[in-house]
Amino acid sequence: MTEIRFHGRGGQGAVIASEIFASALFKEGKYVQTFPEFGVERRGAPVQAFLRFDEKPIMLRCKVYTPDHVIILDSVLLKTQDVTMGLRPGGWILLNSDKEPREFSFPNFRVATIDATGVAIKYKLGPKTAPIVNTAVLGAFIRVSEIVRLDNIYKSIPEYVPVKIEDNIKATGEAYEMVRF
Amino acid sequence: MKKVITGNHAVSYGAQLARSQVIAAYPITPQTQIVELLSEFCASGKLNAKFIKVESEHSAMSACIAAAATGARTFTATSSQGLALMHEMLHWAAGARLPVVLANVNRAMGPGWSVWTDQNDSLSQRDLGWLQFYCESNQEVMDTVIQAFKIGEKVLLPVMVILDAFVLSHTSEPVDIPDQELVDRFLPLPPVNLPYKLDVEDPHAFGALTSPDHYYEIRFKIQKAQDEAVQVAKEVDEEFKNILGRGYGIVEPYRCDDAKLILVTSGTITGTARIVVDSERVKGRKVGLLKIRMFRPTPIKELREILPRAQKVVVIDRNISFGHSGVFCQEIKSALYGLPVQPTIFGFIIGIGGRDVTAQDIEEIVDYASKTEKPDSIILWRGVRL
Repeated sequence: MTEIRFHGRGGQGAVIASEIFASALFKEGKYVQTFPEFGVERRGAPVQAFLRFDEKPIMLRCKVYTPDHVIILDSVLLKTQDVTMGLRPGGWILLNSDKEPREFSFPNFRVATIDATGVAIKYKLGPKTAPIVNTAVLGAFIRVSEIVRLDNIYKSIPEYVPVKIEDNIKATGEAYEMVRF
Repeated sequence: MKKVITGNHAVSYGAQLARSQVIAAYPITPQTQIVELLSEFCASGKLNAKFIKVESEHSAMSACIAAAATGARTFTATSSQGLALMHEMLHWAAGARLPVVLANVNRAMGPGWSVWTDQNDSLSQRDLGWLQFYCESNQEVMDTVIQAFKIGEKVLLPVMVILDAFVLSHTSEPVDIPDQELVDRFLPLPPVNLPYKLDVEDPHAFGALTSPDHYYEIRFKIQKAQDEAVQVAKEVDEEFKNILGRGYGIVEPYRCDDAKLILVTSGTITGTARIVVDSERVKGRKVGLLKIRMFRPTPIKELREILPRAQKVVVIDRNISFGHSGVFCQEIKSALYGLPVQPTIFGFIIGIGGRDVTAQDIEEIVDYASKTEKPDSIILWRGVRL
């Protein structure tokens, strides 16, 4: 079983990202389970989402405590959240940042960066002051992790994204190419 | 068609496939998505139902009662405080023998204000005459909603389908959404022809004053219908399995045949407990699991048949009946009363107010019960931080 944790802020689309990801994995024959941090989501407040996938049905019904990878939709969260808590050694840390991966120090983990905010602003995903970075972050993560095929992410986007489907697909593809690792 | 959907949407699809004719509901976290999707189905014509917006849960159940009294297939959903506000009318639905189906998302009661899961909301309504089913997965949620209409319409009692807040309601996983044609074969329209119904062509008075000469027998018949519901629920589940390929039983024993210790669970804790049963078996401990799916009526015969196979029974309650102990534990002790051989019963309380229940928690419970001859208290609280 593989477990992934998303760190973001209410409104950035972390939950939708986990759902698109799950749906794409499901299209490749995996069993999936995804859920938001249980509670009341507020715009701008730190949020988490969790994803599990496996070759067999998933019975486990608790939160993810030891993720294989983490995806961080807002790198400012690094200041206040322990985003590597429980992260398994060798796991990917994907950061939404315009910096180079080597500018971050995370011994024992692999770091990748994507300027998802820049991509989201370019495609006018959400307001410029609070861009929706989820699809760009996904495109970047699946490139480095090679967990799921890009075309299955493309196919899953319309199931969960109500507007700007084409622009979200373009943002995903562009981030897939741009990610630094 | 297999889709990755939340437990809430699994409820909505179930109510749609069952061809609900009247839906009356009031939003409340974590249930709101259920009726949101149903209202979209009604607006787009995917479901030919009357959607009645109301100002409270009390009114939602009142509207459901009136609709069901005309013979319409009627559905609502709520949670926690909303279910509590319905309480008066929940009695009425059962007393009037109306097969309303209600999905309740298990959420802890305030105060302290909570949106997270435990079973005290639905278990507070266990004595009203409603049937109760506790679900383990989103697939089971959808299938149980469909089954609930059929069972309710056969025994003329309302049915509550219960799912854990967030752990199912907001969790997405694959669900096989069956073809309408298959569901229609299982659950045809029109629903049951009620012996007495609201009909402008044939007027009757309903809810008149009932003297002691008659009231007693009305209650007797509700209990008879509850007794009958045990067999009906089994048959309906069999029929569902024949047509749709999935069945759950009213209880499900898992690796109980040679078990020395049987865990008893309900809701989503069951899934995590299955993993623990398997890992304990690898360690060489003969642990089994009994999942209680139907809690009202209580499957007494099944409990008496399965549980005495083990020397120890460990009941896991995500609820507390204040002044006594966990509700499932009490009822299991009562069900086993009088048997010549009694297993030792451990009653654990865990996960109240949505406190996460991990595999490690259940492992430690099994470990304690395995090494302890008799519990030193009728309640064993797991993980209290003082």
